[in-house]
Amino acid sequence: MSEVITPVTPKASVLPAIKRGAREYGLLGSLLVIVVFFQIFTNGALLQPLNLTNLILQNSYIVVMALGMLMVIVCGHIDLSVGSIVGVIGSIAAVLMVQYRFDFVTVSLICLVAGGLIGAAQGYWVAFWGMPSFIVTLGGMLIFRGATIAISQGQSIGPFPDSFVALSAGFLPDPFGGQALRVTSILLGLFVVACFVVVEWRARRRVAKAGATPVAMSLFMLKNGVVAALIIGFCYLLATYRGLPAVLVIMCLLIGVYTFIMNRTVIGRWIYAVGGNLKAAKLSGINTARVTFLTFVNMGVLAAVAGLIFVARLNSATPRAGSGFELDVIAAVFIGGASASGGVGKVIGVVIGAFIMGVLNNGMSIMGIGVDYQQMIKGAVLLAAVFVDVYQKNRA
Amino acid sequence: MSNLLLDMRGIQKTFGPVKALTNVNLQVGNGEIHAICGENGAGKSTLMKILSGVYPAGSYQGSIHFDGQERNFQNLRDSEALGICIIHQELALVPMLSITENLFLGHEIANRGIIDWSLAHDRAKELLDKVGLLVSPQTLVSQLGMGQQQLVEIAKALGKEVRLLILDEPTASLNEKDSERLLELMLELKSRDITSIIISHKLNEISKVADEVTVIRDGITVDVIDCRAGSLDESRVVRAMVGRELADRYPSREPELGETLFEVESWSVEHPERPGQDFIRNISFHAKRGEVVGIAGLMGSGRTELAMSLFGGAFGKNIRGKASLAGKELDLRTVRKAIDSGLAYATEDRKGAGLVLGDGIGRNVSLASLKTLAKRWIINESEEVGVGDGYRRTLRIRSPDLRQPVERLSGGNQQKVVLAKWLFSDPQVLILDEPTRGIDVGAKYEIYAVVNDVVAQGKCVVIISSEMPELLGTCDRIYVMNEGRFVGEFPIAQASQERIMHAIMKNEVIQ
Repeated sequence: MSEVITPVTPKASVLPAIKRGAREYGLLGSLLVIVVFFQIFTNGALLQPLNLTNLILQNSYIVVMALGMLMVIVCGHIDLSVGSIVGVIGSIAAVLMVQYRFDFVTVSLICLVAGGLIGAAQGYWVAFWGMPSFIVTLGGMLIFRGATIAISQGQSIGPFPDSFVALSAGFLPDPFGGQALRVTSILLGLFVVACFVVVEWRARRRVAKAGATPVAMSLFMLKNGVVAALIIGFCYLLATYRGLPAVLVIMCLLIGVYTFIMNRTVIGRWIYAVGGNLKAAKLSGINTARVTFLTFVNMGVLAAVAGLIFVARLNSATPRAGSGFELDVIAAVFIGGASASGGVGKVIGVVIGAFIMGVLNNGMSIMGIGVDYQQMIKGAVLLAAVFVDVYQKNRA
Repeated sequence: MSNLLLDMRGIQKTFGPVKALTNVNLQVGNGEIHAICGENGAGKSTLMKILSGVYPAGSYQGSIHFDGQERNFQNLRDSEALGICIIHQELALVPMLSITENLFLGHEIANRGIIDWSLAHDRAKELLDKVGLLVSPQTLVSQLGMGQQQLVEIAKALGKEVRLLILDEPTASLNEKDSERLLELMLELKSRDITSIIISHKLNEISKVADEVTVIRDGITVDVIDCRAGSLDESRVVRAMVGRELADRYPSREPELGETLFEVESWSVEHPERPGQDFIRNISFHAKRGEVVGIAGLMGSGRTELAMSLFGGAFGKNIRGKASLAGKELDLRTVRKAIDSGLAYATEDRKGAGLVLGDGIGRNVSLASLKTLAKRWIINESEEVGVGDGYRRTLRIRSPDLRQPVERLSGGNQQKVVLAKWLFSDPQVLILDEPTRGIDVGAKYEIYAVVNDVVAQGKCVVIISSEMPELLGTCDRIYVMNEGRFVGEFPIAQASQERIMHAIMKNEVIQ
């Protein structure tokens, strides 16, 4: 063997790290460009604390569902029924709380279990019988929409008890007083920044210790600085209104948990492997059917969470609640860089993708662009985002 | 030999650095049946692809004369226009269409875009009569057996006014009766002045129909045998096919055999698509500690299927038989259980079923053993990186870093990643399916060295390979498989390529 293996020196490097994260940096850049664009063309209305709060509330359920949809899509499937699950969970919650006077904790638990069962009912056919998920969930979409109308008997049901509405549509309490500036929100923001930097720092050290090339210190500082500035700026803006929405906290917790699951746990790795190469996953001893099944159960539970948030925000459950959500959710996942053939996609990308869609919706509405053009523009953005992915892949 | 239909001379073809054909000559006389013999990978299919224009003129060196004129085929259509028709091993029929629709696919009998079905069915019927297939032309192809589908393919060729019919291992998936019929048909076509080339491993079939045999080895025509005069000298064909020197391409090893480690008894498996019929038939074998056992056989003999059915039923239905490790019976009902029982199977299809191509070395190596790297389901990534890096060094996997997607690695390095994955699962029985297919000599040597390492630890290795020199160079004992059964067993001292080939040709089950 004449080949010489060059020894690995743990030297810091900039280029590979940027290349590896190119997709995410690009997305974040696009989001910032879109934000700046609308900030200018709405005369600063976009980043008004009130509007920013609304933007988060409007998007929270899409983001929550996109987390589950990411798993389903990475696994190589799709779930078209999530909008209908939002509807049916909303109407179940409304009937139980408004008509039967159950307390909201019990109802929430019942709804989460119901969501899981719905996911299981669909995942069963996909995972264990090999039915195409497109068909199964298309059927589910019709069935659960019908069930929504049946349960609510075609009526809007509301209003909900205050405690329930407060949990989903309320804000963090502020024991420090501070009417003009909600101190808790700022402190929480600082706390999140601290956590982020620690996690990043440990990840960097881990890479270095293992002999691989860590990110250069300059790039590391830059990235952390930008993220810290964004988070604190964001919290400050919200703090000048009513503080951090409770939903934002729930959403961030879920984002954190799902990032961890997808990156660090065995089950997350299994999902990527099943979508990346089903045969190889099977031959590596992974129970691929069970993994697929679990992604659908998880999707059902998250759709139930989204359903609860959604009806609480509207303070009533309507028969049409959630219709069309599946499209926003799926679009967010693909804009976020997931591959339609499975195996590829990151949580952070999907969250950014959801916010790109959210800012587009919100900004265009403020500008007074009609729904007709809004839809066309959103469609074009989806195509453009996926085209960029396909183009890069074909060139590589 | 004045009356040549086809004359290919000095054909050379390279794929990048790999020389597929070095110097092939093929002369086929008008109206004869010409057989081409050669081992897997000798270059037969490449030659046929050149002849049919799949590899266009200019991408190879040498000349092709057909019907007295030099030809430069640019694509399949050029060769088809002259009546050269290839019927591949994997049939190219659309299963959910009728025979008629398949026969005229692409040249539908139509008037201004509207198909004349009654005329089409009549024409189809005529063609089916010619090949002796007595079914309605409206039958769906999926309802036909393999033999009948083969006949439909030939009928399709006849419909295009074929002059040279090329059959690539036409009887590989046929039973004896269907094979018999197909050979009869070839003789009948010959009487109607249609020239044929048959590519086959089955010497008895060749000697029955062929007028002349061309033997190709390592991309060179090594022998042309005329068998019109008398019966075919089979040993001459075998000698020509395998007559290679065993160079010093294998690391040496002093075998230290222990007691029997892995034992399989009466293993039978049905093909999932052909239920009710055993595909793997009552196979028993064993491997001792420290032993490298080879399984020789042609493609399609069931070697991969045997291994995969053992590996947690990854292939087959209705799996019966007993497998035991060091005397203890194993539960091999799922792949997980097989891995946990100490089996590992490195697939022949490393890209399709061995690697997650978008992932790096580290993630691929850990995939089959994630739980050993995890505490309470959380993966210890630094340990994972350490493991990946360790294998990268010891197996000398050439890659800039662990995260580089393995799809960008060369075949040899990819194969090493697959090997690392299974070494990390710490198996007692390591089954390697075509472990060196398509990789360079240097990487091959390194993989053989790993095999030696594994058996030195008192484990056993089973190597499945189509390359007989590889088996002869690495194994302590070789089983020969054919048509789902073991038809020979040779300790290495008694094994030779000729003997293995003869065992395959004779096809007698060992006890």
